Amino acid sequence: MAIVEELIPIKPKPSDAWDVERIRKDFPVLSQRVNGKPLIYLDNAASSQVPMMVIERGAQYIEQEHSNIHRGVHYLSMKATTAYEGAREKVKRFINAREAKECIFVRGATEGVNLVMHGYGRKFIGAGDEIIISAMEHHANIVPWQMLCEEKGAKLRVIPMNDAGELLMDEYDALLNEKTKFVAVTHVSNALGTINPIAEIIDRAHKYGVPVLIDGAQQAPHGRIDVQDLDCDFYTFSGHKMFAPTGSGVVYGKQRLLEQMNPFQGGGDMIRTVTFEKTTYADLPNKFEAGTPAIASQIGLGAAIDYLNIIGREKAAAYEHELLDYATQRLSAIEGVRIIGTAKEKLSVLSFTIENVHPHDIGTILDQQGIAIRAGHHCAQPVMQRFKIPATARASFAFYNTKTEVDELAEAIEKVIEVFS
Amino acid sequence: MSELSELYQAVILDHNKKPRNFHKLENANRKADGYNPLCGDQLSVYLHVEGDQVQDVSFEGSGCAISKASASMMTQAVKGKTKVEAEMLFNEFHRMATGELDEENEPNHLGKLTIFAGVRDFPARVKCATLSWHTMHAALNEQQAVTTE
Repeated sequence: MAIVEELIPIKPKPSDAWDVERIRKDFPVLSQRVNGKPLIYLDNAASSQVPMMVIERGAQYIEQEHSNIHRGVHYLSMKATTAYEGAREKVKRFINAREAKECIFVRGATEGVNLVMHGYGRKFIGAGDEIIISAMEHHANIVPWQMLCEEKGAKLRVIPMNDAGELLMDEYDALLNEKTKFVAVTHVSNALGTINPIAEIIDRAHKYGVPVLIDGAQQAPHGRIDVQDLDCDFYTFSGHKMFAPTGSGVVYGKQRLLEQMNPFQGGGDMIRTVTFEKTTYADLPNKFEAGTPAIASQIGLGAAIDYLNIIGREKAAAYEHELLDYATQRLSAIEGVRIIGTAKEKLSVLSFTIENVHPHDIGTILDQQGIAIRAGHHCAQPVMQRFKIPATARASFAFYNTKTEVDELAEAIEKVIEVFS
Repeated sequence: MSELSELYQAVILDHNKKPRNFHKLENANRKADGYNPLCGDQLSVYLHVEGDQVQDVSFEGSGCAISKASASMMTQAVKGKTKVEAEMLFNEFHRMATGELDEENEPNHLGKLTIFAGVRDFPARVKCATLSWHTMHAALNEQQAVTTE
């Protein structure tokens, strides 16, 4: 088990300046033109782009190593298994898990939440129990818990937030009680960019012996994750938001909890023995990975982690922070623009509205300038309801975006205002 | 900006800013709600139908410029028409927006509604233009709600 292949040492390049033009060359998609203009890709919170190193690793697997994992005794199957388990080892280091087997490969954060809902929630949560989520959750961290509450007769409680988009921690304290059986909160809001005080949230839940799931979909591409330091019980994120292909993702769970849980899906690879009378399940992590997984994508996720380590996660994050500050300053200065989400601790997401212009019109007009942003409710309708708006326009940044692109965004927004004036 | 100005023509911008028949209809005897779950647009269309004729029509709700202007112009187009004529317009508008009807070379009754022909070059926005028409069609046929999904 856990055969480690090609672990690349964490060695950021020596120069201090962030060479964004060099970084951009790693991402083939960024060099194209859209509607006659150079593509400005500012929809990273929805899905990020894939560097050549990840593309090549995936292609190498398909060209030279493809086979089914964990089954064959033949050469290719062993190659594939080695590469797949190697990616798991990289994930383990990426989030500082104790054991690689605590890192379950899933299709993305949505599947991660659903796995925990089915495996833990349906086994341990019952009538009259309470589940706490927050007011800024993505639908992926609302709907599964709602489904569970409906099935079991449990109750969903919601931590409210203030006008800046910060959770009200006193209200959280008031919600926690002996009926609380689970807490599920996002690390970073995809609609507002707020970084939540999750260490504190976890700590307070643990005082009641309540396990906590963190939705890390927006944190994983931009910041540090240390599941041991956080002492979180579950942590999930998607590969396609962190420079890996779609279909890759992880849910981390503490070994003790994963072992107590029911399996998620039934099928091949997750069993030890099967008879028509009874099936016994495989050990971690296979217990939760029924069927043939997205092998190429998960190997790609491993390569994306390598890539982040090579370019330097801390430096990338510092640059992104600078970019967000600059964009916030540029857009705030435009009359008629309102920034939605003004928390003190923010990351990479800039949601905004323009007076008397619907976000979808902003999105279409920006697209004509080659600028890709997201317009809509960002799968966070309760957030829109909280701010009494139908939708927002959202620019979200990655370390390959530039200040010039932010300038282009600001100019395009001025054009939108002009068209609608 | 050439394609863009085709979509956001002055008439559309004007209807967006000052939507016509934008209120609840007190004597309405038909009403339907339209909802576009993808973008959150929602509107209600009110009809006052007498015998075979759409005597009055209005709408309220929120949405993008395309959906609001389209709703505004839909109310103008349908007011005073017979049910059969309104259904025909719905059909022609829908076919134009989805690229099935060539409004320049095929016979139709769309008149100034043809300024919405440009949406067919913006697949993500077709539903914005057709939402109010689907809702009107639903109200006419005494259905209560419609979604574009």
